[in-house]
Amino acid sequence: MLALVAVHALTAVIAPALVRLWGRHALYVVALAPGATLVWALTHTGGVRSGEPVVETVPWVPQLGLELAFRMGTLSWLLVVLVGGVGALVLAYSARYFRSDDPGLGRFAAVFVAFAGAMLGLVVSDDLLLLYVFWELTTVFSYLLIGYDPAKRASRRSAMQALLVTTLGGLAMLAGFIMLGQHAGSYRWSEVAENLPGGGYLAVAALLILLGALSKSAIFPFSFWLPGAMAAPTPVSAYLHAAAMVKAGVFLVALMGPAFAGTAPWRPVLLATGLLTMFLGGWTALRQVDLKLLLAYGTVSQLGLLMVILGAGTRDTALAGVAMVLAHALFKATLFLTVGVIDHATGTRDLRELSGVGRATPALAVVAGLAAASMAGLPPMAGFVAKEAAVEALLHGTAVDLAVLAGVIGGSVLTVAYTLRFLWGAFADKPDTPAIEVKPVSWPFLAPAAVLAVAGAAAGVLAPAVDRLLAPYADLYPTGSDPGYHLALWHGLTPALGLSVLAVSGGVGLFLLMRRERVRVTLRLPFDGAAVYSKVIAGVDRLAVELTGATQRGSLPFYLGVILVVLVVLPGGVLLAGSPWPQRFHLWDSPLQVLAAAVVVVAAVMAARALRRLTAMILVGVAGYGIALLFVLHGAPDLALTQFLVETVTIVMFVLVLRRLPEKFSERPIRSTRRGRVAIGVAVGAVTAGMAYVATGARQAVPISVDFPDEAVSYGGGKNVVNVTLVDIRAWDTMGEIAVLVVAATGVASLIFRHARDLDRRGDIPGGGRAESRPRWLTTGATARAQSVILQVVTRLLFHAIMLFSIYLLFSGHNAPGGGFAAGLVAGLALAVRYLAGGRTELNGAAPVDAGVVLGAGLFVAVGTGVAAMLLGGEFLQTATLDFYLPVLGKIHFVTSVFFDVGVFLIVVGLVLDILRSLGAEMDRQQETEDVEVREKELV
Amino acid sequence: MTPNLTYVIVVGVLVAAGVTLLLERSLTRVLMGVILLGNGANLLLLTGGRAGGPPIVGRTPQEEMSDPLPQAMILTAIVITLGMTAFLLALAYRSWHLNGHDEVQDDVEDRRIMDLAERDEGPGTEDDGDADTDDDAPVDGARAVVASTNAGSSG
Repeated sequence: MLALVAVHALTAVIAPALVRLWGRHALYVVALAPGATLVWALTHTGGVRSGEPVVETVPWVPQLGLELAFRMGTLSWLLVVLVGGVGALVLAYSARYFRSDDPGLGRFAAVFVAFAGAMLGLVVSDDLLLLYVFWELTTVFSYLLIGYDPAKRASRRSAMQALLVTTLGGLAMLAGFIMLGQHAGSYRWSEVAENLPGGGYLAVAALLILLGALSKSAIFPFSFWLPGAMAAPTPVSAYLHAAAMVKAGVFLVALMGPAFAGTAPWRPVLLATGLLTMFLGGWTALRQVDLKLLLAYGTVSQLGLLMVILGAGTRDTALAGVAMVLAHALFKATLFLTVGVIDHATGTRDLRELSGVGRATPALAVVAGLAAASMAGLPPMAGFVAKEAAVEALLHGTAVDLAVLAGVIGGSVLTVAYTLRFLWGAFADKPDTPAIEVKPVSWPFLAPAAVLAVAGAAAGVLAPAVDRLLAPYADLYPTGSDPGYHLALWHGLTPALGLSVLAVSGGVGLFLLMRRERVRVTLRLPFDGAAVYSKVIAGVDRLAVELTGATQRGSLPFYLGVILVVLVVLPGGVLLAGSPWPQRFHLWDSPLQVLAAAVVVVAAVMAARALRRLTAMILVGVAGYGIALLFVLHGAPDLALTQFLVETVTIVMFVLVLRRLPEKFSERPIRSTRRGRVAIGVAVGAVTAGMAYVATGARQAVPISVDFPDEAVSYGGGKNVVNVTLVDIRAWDTMGEIAVLVVAATGVASLIFRHARDLDRRGDIPGGGRAESRPRWLTTGATARAQSVILQVVTRLLFHAIMLFSIYLLFSGHNAPGGGFAAGLVAGLALAVRYLAGGRTELNGAAPVDAGVVLGAGLFVAVGTGVAAMLLGGEFLQTATLDFYLPVLGKIHFVTSVFFDVGVFLIVVGLVLDILRSLGAEMDRQQETEDVEVREKELV
Repeated sequence: MTPNLTYVIVVGVLVAAGVTLLLERSLTRVLMGVILLGNGANLLLLTGGRAGGPPIVGRTPQEEMSDPLPQAMILTAIVITLGMTAFLLALAYRSWHLNGHDEVQDDVEDRRIMDLAERDEGPGTEDDGDADTDDDAPVDGARAVVASTNAGSSG
């Protein structure tokens, strides 16, 4: 059974490709999957008839006790035959119903066969959780099929409505399953049924499960979604909403009926809602003018009847119920298919416009007539046999059964009446309506419906054979003293036959009455599912708006404020309340620290108060340099070096951008919010300081870095512990960091460059400056306008010296302060100096490469170093040390992590170059273009 | 370990100034807040390791070395801040170029939802604005459904 489900899944995956290949004819191939199901089920007929279920178990999630447990008893066998047989026929029908150029056809084929697979899984699952999974899968596929045409609002709305209603029920059902499973200690239905709880616990579980079954099968008060689902294409209606999915609820009731029949709420709920649904559906069907909707309400009515019969809970009603499941699937699918044919042949389904269709297509009329006879319960059809059985079974029951019988007969009267209305509306010649033009119907289009109709007749004629097949299910109920009912066409002149005659004649009478009198009675209920549904949906929408409006205010300062206040309240509260404050502390490591600290504090406070951008920028820079000074005093020369360089590059960047921005910050007039900001700032600062104090004082363990110096020398081959940490001990960290730098550089370029073609970041120079500027070393650039000539020449002289220094830093960094970061920043500053002195011509002269190439090369070298180490049998980024002797240079101590550092160097250079090109050169170019435009405007 | 009170105070002041600026609307100020905050965080890390001589083998005896691990962490953080500064500056420039200012605006869509909440309204019709071809037969069918269910017969 698992294999069959897998076949469906596989077919669903390749179906779109098949449709692209062969158009609508591919559906015949897709139909093979449900066809295989049918054949497989038929080969197991013998075993099932003798009451031997087919069992298959595959472990799935053993930790959860979840198994792919399948079990096909009589009931499942019947459903499998229907799901497979009707599925294959409807797909064959669809191959004629759709056009090959239908854009949604590939998706339809895939979802349809996936649905068939899910339905198959549902009816053969023995594990309740597995059943639930398939149950929800059918809901999802049904959603996709109802929403076949996503451009139509009605199909979107109907699809969503069906999804929400059935999912709600499904969730309730899951809760019920879990209650049962937890009690029984197993989720296998065959074991749960043996081990049911009792009392209120069982009643609640049964009610929850009923909620799922009733919503799935469109029973009151959930009926409204099924007529809405008629927005789906007709094949979908024929399969999902007549034969298969709506039967899932009926199936569940039938499956659990033998175990639950005696439970308090089971019978009353099913009988009451079923009868009500039957009447409402039948009555509404009588008033429809759309043939498809007439059938849809008819289906609602019949589902109600099925619930009543299967809910009655005796051996004979159960037999009647499964017989009716079979009959209903056959005749209702047939009728839907004929409606689809009529729709295609005439272009309408409105029975007020149809006239003379029966005369034009007699074959179609015969097929529909056979199915309709079954629906009305006329011999020798399957519908007649099933209804006889139901009437007979109820006739010999209790007083309640007799009351139910009266309801069933009343429902049958309605059924006969709307059946006649259907036949009359679809096929009759109407005197006051001109005969409609009917296109010829090809036999492959009609054949599937004909097969189903004939099957319905055959099931009636061969009633004793059907009886033998289905009886094992009915025998799950306790049999009484009498031998039990048997399905047959002719039981003699029994009271049941009399009641059947009564129902048919009553139906004919009602139909004729409504034809003449135009009865306008509307059934009004105090409680309407559709109205509740729309109220609930509107309420949820309102709640979402209120909640979103209250929490998602769209203001960045607000969000940050909330986060920071939480920081103050929670960790701050813990600090105040519970943490042990260290008693011992020292004021400073050296008195000079206080001086540097004072500089930082004053600069930071003033920066927060500054009104001019430039002032604030300088103050932030001062604070940064002060930090660098603290690093020096702490004994961290690498940090100090990097901090100095970064501060400098930052100032250059700020200057480049601030020349475009207004001089002052735009002041907001609200003082109170400013006070609030300062208050939050001070509070967060205090909490952070507290955390720094407590955390430092709490340290007792020996730092992990105590072994770093030894490891740096022995494994990393270098004496500068910080640098070896970067390129060896914590090299992964650095790898991530340089990746971030590449991303940041790309982001900067993409924010500034407006066109992809400008992204050739060497940039075009007016007058072809790049080619000319390179050979002329100490002459000024072609576009140097206002810049100082002396400055340009001096920077050119200095440039190479600075670059040389940067290379020195790069290679000495392993044993002395320096390394890839510092070296890259120094080289970047050299480029910045060139740019500041001579504009973008000078920059291009100094670095005639694309910044992207530098970044990419850096990343390539860094990753390549790591991969090379792996290829040589080491770990990613493992360092190897080589000592060898070269003539002239002497003894060489070579460490492979230098390559990694080169990668870091290139990326940092690339980043700075990218910044200069974007925030410098490109912004210049944009400014110049705008200036030219302004001047041209003035001239005009 | 005993805490260095000077560091603790500088961390507090840097974070306080940084957060105050971070809560502003002007992107340039936000950026300066980020930088100050970053410096504060770096110093916070430094507080966790002892001070001493430069951690270079051969130059400083091991027992007098400053803790190298926080330094390695801070070093990467400093350079990341550089990348972030560049990005935010580009963002500020872009905002100025497009809107004439560099202020962080409120989200327009969120504002719209707040207005709806104040007017006690729902999000409106679910599918407004889509291409609708409502003139086909199945849709008419579904409309008839809506009509008949609303008429009170729930079947």
